Amino acid sequence: MKIINFLKSFLLLDFLKAFYLAQKYFFRKKATINYPFEKGKLSPRFRGEHALRRYPSGEERCIGCKLCEAVCPAQAITIETQPRDDGTRRTLRYDIDMVKCIYCGLCEESCPVDAIVQGPNFEFTTETRKELYYTKEKLLENGDRWETVIAENLEADAKYR
Amino acid sequence: MISLAQTYFIEVMTIILYCLLIFVPLLLGVVMALYADRKIWAAVQKRRGPNVVGPYGLFQVPADGLKFIFKEIILPDGSDKTVFLIAPIITLALSITAWAVVPVQAGVVLANINVGILYIFAISSLGVYGILMAGWSSNSKYPFFGALRSAAQMVSYEVSIGFVIITVLLCVGSLNLTEIVMAQKTMWFFIPLFPMFIVFFISALAETNRPPFDLPEAESELVAGYQTEYSGMPFVLFLFGEYINILLMCAMTTILFLGGWLPPIDIYPLNAVPGFVWFLLKVIFVFYLFAMVKAFVPRYRYDQLMRLGWKVFLPLSLFAVVATSSILFFFNLAPGM
Repeated sequence: MKIINFLKSFLLLDFLKAFYLAQKYFFRKKATINYPFEKGKLSPRFRGEHALRRYPSGEERCIGCKLCEAVCPAQAITIETQPRDDGTRRTLRYDIDMVKCIYCGLCEESCPVDAIVQGPNFEFTTETRKELYYTKEKLLENGDRWETVIAENLEADAKYR
Repeated sequence: MISLAQTYFIEVMTIILYCLLIFVPLLLGVVMALYADRKIWAAVQKRRGPNVVGPYGLFQVPADGLKFIFKEIILPDGSDKTVFLIAPIITLALSITAWAVVPVQAGVVLANINVGILYIFAISSLGVYGILMAGWSSNSKYPFFGALRSAAQMVSYEVSIGFVIITVLLCVGSLNLTEIVMAQKTMWFFIPLFPMFIVFFISALAETNRPPFDLPEAESELVAGYQTEYSGMPFVLFLFGEYINILLMCAMTTILFLGGWLPPIDIYPLNAVPGFVWFLLKVIFVFYLFAMVKAFVPRYRYDQLMRLGWKVFLPLSLFAVVATSSILFFFNLAPGM
């Protein structure tokens, strides 16, 4: 046994085996993707950047019930409401502090009208902290921009909710 | 007087030109080696490696270099500033100096001196001074330990490298690198001296502080070893010195064992290819082995490293010297006898 072990280490058998293995992996398909140019697949449930949605008529969905504000564990959401001329309650302010947000998805789950959602966008880095304090305008704009994808994702995930 | 000055001027200019002829390809080689090192390492781990800057990420290394140039050179408070700055210069200068005697083709060599191999051996032994100075002058724990380790390691592996070189010299009968290559015309030395080839390769890894013998820079223990306190250009000098040394060791392996610029078989389409192409291909192959070893061998423990150097390689190479010389003597094969 000792002699076999000696021969094994003397002939560098383990190293040859390792070299063969490394060489095999050398030509394998890469496990990483070419990120900025190609992107990994995202689940419909992916919790990315927030967006406020509108009805097809263009009316904003949010009714200012403040459920999301209440449920937010990081207290990142600030809402102020006021009745509009037609008697419906609408938000004056709808601010999300994206720095505080932990992307837990509870706001989306709590929303009775599917107004606040987390879209598939995860590339919203900014150069200043200020730009991460999202206002209602920014959120509605996000909603307009991502509506098609968000609607598809909500539909794909609807049966599991 | 003018004509004398002119001749001196021309002479100096030719020397500078020759130096540039070595230096510029060498720098390019280092850039490619750094790139290849990262790419090969990445490929073994199923990663892509640098691929964004330039085509196939080829400009990654120049971009890194540019970044280093613009970085601040930090001089630690308690350091010996002169020695601290001289150390990387010594490392780089010595590693480049050694290339003066490396023949890339028959007759294409800056200084065809008769004791070329001895010269390289001496210069690469001096390389340890740069590291020692860096470690000592940093006046900090990690660089100091890194330098100590590096010095001990380089000294112990130089012994076995020396004996391996002696076995080759016994078969050649000359210390001239060009003659060493020409002696392999019939058979490359890695065939008759295969165990020595392996010993030389592994010792070369240890000599250049490459993984798995990169204990002087073991980041899990010593941050970055003797380079810890360096930043900006001095760091680049160290990096370049290290990689030029690695390339030198690749070239040495090629010259001593793989037949230098000789084609594998001396037949028409192969021997029509210029010699330096063969030399380059062989150096690339050896460097590829260097990079692969880095990818798949875990780092040695320090006592294992010393055990391998003193208790395995030293007796082995010593035995090989005795065995080779006895065989050469009894069969009357020794050149120059």
